[in-house]
Amino acid sequence: MKARVTVMLKNGVLDPQGEAVHHALDALGFDGVNGVRQGKVIMLDLAETDAAVAEKTVGKMCEKLLANTVIESYSIEIL
Amino acid sequence: MRVGVVVFPGSNCDRDLAVAFKAAGADVTMVWHKDTALPTGLDMIGVPGGFSFGDYLRCGAIAAQSPICRAVVDHANSGGYVFGVCNGFQILTETGLLPGALLRNANLKYICKTIPLTVENADSAYTSGYSKGEQVMFPIAHHDGNYTADADTVARLEDGGRVAFRYSENPNGSTADIAGIFSKNRRVLGMMPHPERAADARHGGTDGQALFRALVSAMQDA
Repeated sequence: MKARVTVMLKNGVLDPQGEAVHHALDALGFDGVNGVRQGKVIMLDLAETDAAVAEKTVGKMCEKLLANTVIESYSIEIL
Repeated sequence: MRVGVVVFPGSNCDRDLAVAFKAAGADVTMVWHKDTALPTGLDMIGVPGGFSFGDYLRCGAIAAQSPICRAVVDHANSGGYVFGVCNGFQILTETGLLPGALLRNANLKYICKTIPLTVENADSAYTSGYSKGEQVMFPIAHHDGNYTADADTVARLEDGGRVAFRYSENPNGSTADIAGIFSKNRRVLGMMPHPERAADARHGGTDGQALFRALVSAMQDA
């Protein structure tokens, strides 16, 4: 079973990398981009076969290591 | 005074920190990150600058989960002194010993230069060699030194006299110009600037010497 964890800076936390990407898109002529936020995706290959158990375990991984919940939020998709 | 300086893969200021402590009169032992216990009898743990574990995932995140860091957290929680510089500060926030987090510099650039700081609180074992409001010159060398914390946390730090150093000219976007903060008992200090790189005339500055000397003197008196 695979899990996809998406980690993003929380709303309200300044994302200078997202801002830089936004400026670069503007410079390339892509008008109409209202905002850019940059995050990271972590793919996990799990031995667990029970989706509910897997989601709970991955939640613990996020809290302990994969995300810094002071500044980041995370979402988990079991695939 | 006995100091243990933790060494992670990717640490690069561990020897600088050891040299600065030794020059001030401390005995220094290097401690490997895979060790599960600290040597007995240490007064102070130094968590050095560098790029522990290649800054993978987040700066300091992997180091904060290393076996030795559990011992460092226990040491702090039982009233011990822990001093984190640069990557060491990032590691201390990741362990939860210090609040907040260090984000990418607001201008997205790695900044390496000597800058002025203001000593905000001289009432600690670390800063008693300075006077409040004194300006000191320390080098910074970081890409992720933009201190961030929510408004409640910043208010708590300010009200509790826990801002140790402030940037005189904010180089990285840090909230409230914060360059270094104390734990509640002021025995844990994390700071992005490098006093250990301003501790010898050959460094081009000696403003950091007072910090190491004050610590050694505080521990000898204790």
